[in-house]
Amino acid sequence: MSASALRPAAAWLAASAALAAVLVAAFAVGKFPVAPGDLLRSLAGRLLGAGSGLPAAVDTVVWNIRLPRVAAGIVVGAVLAAAGAAYQGMFRNPLVSPDILGVSAGAGLGATLGIYLGLPLAFVQGVAFVGGLLAVAVVWRIASLVQRHDPVLVLVLAGVALGALLGAGISLVKIISDPYTQLPTITFWLLGGLNQVRPSDLAATAPAMLAGLLPMALLRWRINLLSLADEEAAALGVDVGRLRLVLVAAATLSTAAAVSLAGIVGWIGLVVPHVARLLVGPDFSRLLPASLLLGAGFLVATDTLARIVAPIELPLGILTAVVGAPFFLWLLARVGRTS
Amino acid sequence: MSAAAAVPQAADCVVEACDLAIGYPGRRVGAGISLGIGHGEALCLLGPNGSGKTTLFKTLLGLLPPLAGEVRVLGEPAADWSRAAFARKVGYVPQAHAGLFPFTVEDIVLMGRAARIERFAAPSRHDREIAADCLAALGVDHLRTRVYTEISGGERQLALIARALAQEPALLVMDEPTASLDFGNQIRVLDHVGRLRGRGIAVLMSTHQPEHALRVADRIALLAPGRLAGLGAPAEVATPEALADLYGVDAAAIVASLPALSRFPQHRREMDAPASASARPSAGGARPP
Repeated sequence: MSASALRPAAAWLAASAALAAVLVAAFAVGKFPVAPGDLLRSLAGRLLGAGSGLPAAVDTVVWNIRLPRVAAGIVVGAVLAAAGAAYQGMFRNPLVSPDILGVSAGAGLGATLGIYLGLPLAFVQGVAFVGGLLAVAVVWRIASLVQRHDPVLVLVLAGVALGALLGAGISLVKIISDPYTQLPTITFWLLGGLNQVRPSDLAATAPAMLAGLLPMALLRWRINLLSLADEEAAALGVDVGRLRLVLVAAATLSTAAAVSLAGIVGWIGLVVPHVARLLVGPDFSRLLPASLLLGAGFLVATDTLARIVAPIELPLGILTAVVGAPFFLWLLARVGRTS
Repeated sequence: MSAAAAVPQAADCVVEACDLAIGYPGRRVGAGISLGIGHGEALCLLGPNGSGKTTLFKTLLGLLPPLAGEVRVLGEPAADWSRAAFARKVGYVPQAHAGLFPFTVEDIVLMGRAARIERFAAPSRHDREIAADCLAALGVDHLRTRVYTEISGGERQLALIARALAQEPALLVMDEPTASLDFGNQIRVLDHVGRLRGRGIAVLMSTHQPEHALRVADRIALLAPGRLAGLGAPAEVATPEALADLYGVDAAAIVASLPALSRFPQHRREMDAPASASARPSAGGARPP
């Protein structure tokens, strides 16, 4: 662990190269492959205003079909991984993921209700976003009313309890929804996917996702102090309660926006921070950029697989679990041996 | 026991407890506690399990509001100090813990700079130099690049002392710094406590081992459950009778297990007397309620 943290340049180079390779591959495979050379020419042609000289179909695939999807994959993957890294640090628990405080369950119930009520997609996304924020606000309020225990433990337990309650609500809506038209949509949404993302959806959610990343980037070093016991951090001069509130709000904002755009994509927020920590160590100043890079790469890679492994497009959440869970177990076994 | 008489003048105190009542809402642990820690002085706190040592420390550190009375830092009420300003004056050394994430020792020591680093900044080269100096001052600069979760308990304790030194405080509060350390590391930590005093840093430390207090303390405070049972120079406070009273054992046992007490002339008489003589009255008797 320390050995690889001593070679930061190599780790950064490897992660950046992997992301670049994944991005090129995302354009190059699928029902309409775009070769790397054509991709460059199309991008350069549009950006320089000179025209690419390629068939119009290539430009259409690059700009209208693949690019929005890849861009959404980059942002959603980066945001979920960063939020996961922040939550694992500030809750002093390497097993938490960004939905630990109920943001996914809240967004899930919101989206499920939106689909059940037949709202248009943009409204479903809006309701999901608000549902995610509300769920975490309720969890935070409950935790601040319970004074007599470890605040981190109370937060996580309240999140688990409310998550279970919201999960029951989701199940109820699924049972009463129309099994032929609404239920498949709900199921697909709950398993996550980027296939329905349009540029306008991305433009609507990106500000919230990036706004949530900003406090994490600014407080990148100070987050480390929350991994100490509360009283220890306070004795070092940290206003623990306020710092944790700011970071929970930031991570919730960006996660809720990501979930409202892509549905519930599991595992990224849990697995990617672990890999990033192995590569660059636990200091959040380095962990944050590493998580952003790897999260973006992992989600774009998984989404590319989702497009090509089966005749129909697979829900993203199924693939992230199929790839993420065995990888996580392998990681556990490996780290257990070396330390 | 007049504790107030032993409190140095307010102007000389880094941290001062004024008629403090400590505890949690609905559970008072102690009251009427007045003590001050002077600049560059080592004050050791002795007391049995459950006497409230940790609660007193938390209150002095501003982590627990006093139930009554007041904590003053450099003469100003502690309530008026921001957390960061407080941390620039008072460093806290908790008992060595395992840690969760594999931070390097340098990362851990740099956390001591939190109160001196801008809110949105990361440690600068200057902060790294100070961290290295603090490790060097404790003779453990070789630990700088090691992973905190992989070093020994004694090394962790020294890393946490280095972290508190990186706060550049006027007072270090140490909660049983020698607990769970082996014999050699206990001696090493105590030596460093002595040296800190030489650098003008005051130390307030709790310990379960009176011989450690006798070794480094300028003054000793005895904390009996609920009250301060003694405060003053080691020779006056750490008498076999007082310690026997404090820990609920008989004085002969104290004399037998603390040969260090013999360096105080006024105790020699008891040392020379047959131990059984003073033991007899309470031998076999139940501990005082």
